[in-house]
Amino acid sequence: MAKITKEEVIEVAHLARLAITDDEAVHFADQLQAITNAMELLNELDTENVEPTTHVLSMVNVLREDKAEAGLDRELVLKNVKEHEAGQIKVPTILD
Amino acid sequence: MSLADKTAAQLQEMIHTKETTIAEMAEKAFGRIAELDSDVDAFLALDQEGALKKAAQLDEVAMDERGPLFGLPIGVKDNIVTEGIETTASSRILEGFNPIYNATVVEKLNAAGMVIVGKLNMDEFAMGSSNENSYYKNTKNPWNLETVPGGSSGGSAAAVAAGEVPFTLGSDTGGSIRQPAAFCGVVGMKPTYGRVSRFGLIAYASSLDQIGPITRTVKDNALLLNVISGHDEKDSTSANVEVPDFAAALTGDINGLRIGVPKEYFAEGVGEAAKQAVRDALKVLEEKGATWEEISLPHSKYALATYYLIASSEASSNLSRFDGIRYGYRTEKAGNLLEFYMNTRSEGFGDEVKRRIMLGTYALSSGYYDAYYKKAQKVRTLIKQDFDKAFEKYDVIIGPTTPTPAFKIGEKIDDPLTMYANDILTIPVNLAGVPAISIPCGFENGLPLGLQIIGKYFDEETVYRVADVFEQATDFHKKTPQVWEGAAK
Repeated sequence: MAKITKEEVIEVAHLARLAITDDEAVHFADQLQAITNAMELLNELDTENVEPTTHVLSMVNVLREDKAEAGLDRELVLKNVKEHEAGQIKVPTILD
Repeated sequence: MSLADKTAAQLQEMIHTKETTIAEMAEKAFGRIAELDSDVDAFLALDQEGALKKAAQLDEVAMDERGPLFGLPIGVKDNIVTEGIETTASSRILEGFNPIYNATVVEKLNAAGMVIVGKLNMDEFAMGSSNENSYYKNTKNPWNLETVPGGSSGGSAAAVAAGEVPFTLGSDTGGSIRQPAAFCGVVGMKPTYGRVSRFGLIAYASSLDQIGPITRTVKDNALLLNVISGHDEKDSTSANVEVPDFAAALTGDINGLRIGVPKEYFAEGVGEAAKQAVRDALKVLEEKGATWEEISLPHSKYALATYYLIASSEASSNLSRFDGIRYGYRTEKAGNLLEFYMNTRSEGFGDEVKRRIMLGTYALSSGYYDAYYKKAQKVRTLIKQDFDKAFEKYDVIIGPTTPTPAFKIGEKIDDPLTMYANDILTIPVNLAGVPAISIPCGFENGLPLGLQIIGKYFDEETVYRVADVFEQATDFHKKTPQVWEGAAK
């Protein structure tokens, strides 16, 4: 079993867009190690010829008519936006 | 006049004979919440003004236009969106979020004339088994305020157990309806995956999540499932199958019923009291004409690991939508967009949510995908096949809902793996997608124990029929918890 390092946790946290401190990274490394160790149990099973299950019901390609419908009202959509101006959502500067 | 111990039918009778009105009933519910919820802490947001106004309007509707749950109060788990009522999924990242539309189930409650009184506490984003992962408060178990109500639908189960409302909705991804129902001594049903629309349910693990009813009796549970079931165009995973009248399935007749009892559900780690309560329950069902045999669901022990890999992977994807841009919590500390995302999410999510997002991100990342995520999906197939095989020969599968009754607040919160082990008997059901109910079947040290009855795909009727026969033959559901003493009824 691969050892989960602090650096790996920081990389995973970055992929998940989570800011974590070094102390937190050490703590999460220990916990994720314990959890993934417990997951190793699955390797007892030979699943070479087993199909994966992504969905329990035998449904495929649920389609509907391609028909345009009115969307949500703009004023309503902006109701939960922290900062907006002239019907636009404001975000921080992304380019210097 | 007492309302807290009444069934839907009794409440309707009281309305029809003008002993009470819908408005008075709603007022009483808020009165009892005001009296008890400072101890129980089941509710987050309350909509007293909206509910009382609606109740008064409902009183004007002609009696012959009313269905079985018309005018009755209900609470809704806080991961189900309610237009105009704050919905947080117990997370800081959704603090103050005011939905602009209703979940399909909420539309259905409204169409049935039910009165939504408020939103119920839960583990953040439904991740947890004790309600200790709520950002806002710890819900307590009404049977013993020092113990947890279970989770993640702990608020939903505790509110019913405390008699605050006769009906609530919960959601169940790995046991989140059945485990708190067992801990709080109430009836909780996880329907077949696809039976109830998930539109407006804040997604945790989309291939496992299912909304279901929590009530004091089996009949009331069946009546509420009647209301919320059915295909929905807005949820492409909702099943286009006929919805029977679940309440009509309660015939009282289980003569010839074949029960499978998995030996894995009586393994090490399952408490003696929980095992004995199930053995006693089987005797009751035998007396009513059922037969039972020991069976094996050989892949049960792999369910926990399979579940945490699949659920965390799906969660890491589902929870990527919380970025602070369009709604919810937004950080104050950000120099650029990346920092904005990272700080918003780190400040907005709790530890257990971060842990699962990271586990899921890890399991889906390049180099680990086959070893973890795909492996888990393959084992899921084996677990599902265990059930398929068992149901060729048996009508229902019965075992305990949880290994032990409710544990003390704080006892397991620092050890994720011990906390996860609570769900070993409920998780296989979600992986397979079949329906299962938990009903009260005994007590250990004054705390309730749950009997789990698992059914075939879309055969909630048989599950309800068996549950009802057991309930009618026993009086566990008539016992009331500690907080009822001295409370206004």
